Amino acid sequence: MTNVFQAEGLGKTYPGVRANDDVSFTVSAGEIHALLGENGAGKSTLVKMIYGLVRPDEGRMLLLDAPYAPHDPKAARAAGVAMVFQHFSLFEALTVAENIALGMENPPPRAELSRRIAELSQGYGLPLNPARRIATLSAGERQRVEILRCLLQNPRLLIMDEPTSVLTPQEAEILFATLRQLAEAGTAILYISHKLEEIRSHCDRATILRQGKVMGTVNPRTHSARELAAMMVGAEMRVVDRSGRKPGAPVLEVRNLSLPSGDGMALKDVALTLRSGEILGIGGVAGNGQEELLSALSGEAPTAPGTVTLEGKDLSRAGPELRRRAGLLAVPEDRLGHTAVPEFSLTENTLLTGTSRQGLARHGLIDRKAATDFARQVIQSFDVRTPGPATAAGALSGGNLQKFVIGREVLSHPRVLVVNQPTWGVDAGAAASIRQALLDLAAEGAGVIVISQDLDELLELSDRFCALNQGRLSNPHPTDGLTIDEIGLMLGGAHGMEVAHVQA
Amino acid sequence: MFRLEPRASAPLLWQVVTPLLAVLATIIVGGALFAAMGFDPVASIRTIFWDPLFGPASGYSRPQLLVKAGPLILIASGLALGFRAGIWNIGAEGQYIIGAISGAAVALAAYPLEAHWIFPAMILAGAAGGWAWGMIPAMLRNWFGASEILVSLMLVYVAQRIAAWMAFGPMKNPEGFNFPGSRNLQQYESASNPELIANSGLHWGGVAAVLALAATWFIMSRHILGFHIRTAGAAPRAARFAGVRPERLVALCLGVSGALAGLAGLFEVAGPGGQITESFGSGYGFTAIIVAFLGRLHPLGILLAGLLLALTYIGGELAQMMLNLPAATVQVFQGMLLFFLLGFDVLTRYRIRRRA
Repeated sequence: MTNVFQAEGLGKTYPGVRANDDVSFTVSAGEIHALLGENGAGKSTLVKMIYGLVRPDEGRMLLLDAPYAPHDPKAARAAGVAMVFQHFSLFEALTVAENIALGMENPPPRAELSRRIAELSQGYGLPLNPARRIATLSAGERQRVEILRCLLQNPRLLIMDEPTSVLTPQEAEILFATLRQLAEAGTAILYISHKLEEIRSHCDRATILRQGKVMGTVNPRTHSARELAAMMVGAEMRVVDRSGRKPGAPVLEVRNLSLPSGDGMALKDVALTLRSGEILGIGGVAGNGQEELLSALSGEAPTAPGTVTLEGKDLSRAGPELRRRAGLLAVPEDRLGHTAVPEFSLTENTLLTGTSRQGLARHGLIDRKAATDFARQVIQSFDVRTPGPATAAGALSGGNLQKFVIGREVLSHPRVLVVNQPTWGVDAGAAASIRQALLDLAAEGAGVIVISQDLDELLELSDRFCALNQGRLSNPHPTDGLTIDEIGLMLGGAHGMEVAHVQA
Repeated sequence: MFRLEPRASAPLLWQVVTPLLAVLATIIVGGALFAAMGFDPVASIRTIFWDPLFGPASGYSRPQLLVKAGPLILIASGLALGFRAGIWNIGAEGQYIIGAISGAAVALAAYPLEAHWIFPAMILAGAAGGWAWGMIPAMLRNWFGASEILVSLMLVYVAQRIAAWMAFGPMKNPEGFNFPGSRNLQQYESASNPELIANSGLHWGGVAAVLALAATWFIMSRHILGFHIRTAGAAPRAARFAGVRPERLVALCLGVSGALAGLAGLFEVAGPGGQITESFGSGYGFTAIIVAFLGRLHPLGILLAGLLLALTYIGGELAQMMLNLPAATVQVFQGMLLFFLLGFDVLTRYRIRRRA
């Protein structure tokens, strides 16, 4: 097999960080090559160098055995490198064909373009109507638009950045079938992810990055997920301990909860019962009401009387502070600017939610010593890597800040804790300790609701599982015995994607 | 070529240095402006910044420093609360005028009675008047989502018309030979706000300014309310998550800054100003915005900035008298100061890098 892309000794240093160090690897024609690493391992820097967004400090790259040093993405595309980003850049008000034309240097006449889009999309099992408006498409269909946009350039190397993070399992299967077909036609595919299972089942080779260095290139099919994770993290991952779970009396009752849509998804008649000592997992593709459900439970969006009841007490009209006093605590998804203020020190960030339950203020007077002590306690108990409580929250890495935020709530002894995306953008080590903390909290008798898009996480943590789809919550199923396929149907039920015809 | 690169955090050093840089740039550009107009730049700058304090006529001008700085600091300390929370009260000038009218109304109603309760009652009325005028934009924002910037600014012009109406109508001095303007409160002992120490320029307004600075410092750095105000300014979603109700903060900040501006107006009308006239508002409410920003919204900074801006008032008048500089000099200076401050502020958030 011929080498399509080759990196030799690539290095890149940012102030204070060696993002890439002597990175060498090759991607051959016809293979799906995974780039595997924790957040901060240097994957994005490496990809940005390949796509011409960043220039390497050392080393060189070869594309089809010719020296390759793109100045900008335009040069990279001209050389035959295409990339599908994790976040789409599409105009919602325009049609598929219009969006694709906008990204081209010399778009052909619209009818000709539409014909080629239809042709390509049929050929690769990615059905798309070129005349449809982006606003009417699901996340999976939007991704198809981005992929087609790349395919129209006939790329030699296609880079996919965490493509499945927005997809249901079924949508992901369609994507992999397409990628496989592309690879068989000779395109080299560089596939970035930290989802070990999908890499094991779909990728031919995997290059593992840790702290900017290549740990090795392996055949992922011959290694277990645990072995891959160990290479990624540098040590054996801690296995979470799920023992000691005995669900008790109901602590939180949600009945007939509806919330009109502001900017997002309306919640429609949501109902759930949470028992003490239980973890309820809520899955779903982003944008199906997760944030709205969290703010209805946290008190940021009050709902009709009688809809949210904690241990017999109606909290539907109570704001976040009253709910906290009653024992209903929440951790929204966004660390920067929502659960923490980046400019403030960790000590000040304890005041955000810890004031009443930790007694950090008396008659409104801030007890600075108590706040500092509490911040220290969170830092110690949750192994937050930081110089100290006076450090600004924004200076912490995503994983460390998330440990701090979760720790702040867990140490406040909630009766019920609701978390959204507890390990989003968090490295594997921190994710494992956050999950363990949630399990421990449930074992001590609290009720926990975990809202997440990471199915592995939900299956690992939760006793019961339900799906949030278009603002509706499905009936919960016990997690034991649930298959990924069943979950996929729960998640994607009302998605209405055009049926894909993948040639086997 | 140079380019700007965002800093990870705003270093304290730059936060202190940029106001000083802004002052320096104002002096240099101001001097160049005077030179272009045909004035001696060195003499002009000296007349504005040096002579009021140490020049031959400083015996007269030095007390004026506290007279002018008092209301500026009093108003700015209230504005800073709101500015920290991202609530923009631009209409302190209007609240200042309404506070003065409300306080003066109490005095004029009681005239010619001499009693100890009159001055305290005027203080309450002045604060209440300013508070009420500040609550108008607060309520409009909370109920209808109207921009408090526009509403509070436009209410300044309404307040100015009310002042004119008062001066010509209900409050006109019946013994004033039909000249517009109220009775002079300086000549009404129970209602007057005299100089507390002879030739110092200090009156009750100055005392109130110091108390206001101390109180806002305490609230911002020690009280959970100040923490909520800072959180609302830095991360509105985090503030809501912490349980802060944005409507309450809007009402609080506009109300408090209105009350303090009203107090400043009351102390002015009962003291140095003496009477409600058609042109009672003298721009303190607008200049206080510059004071608040130049002082970095910090009490100590506001104290220094208030004194500096007071100096430009006095020095500008002095330059008008001594050198025949145009009357707009002061406004040009104050405007330049804010302009340069905002410009140099880029340096606290970005660093300049030479493009490779």
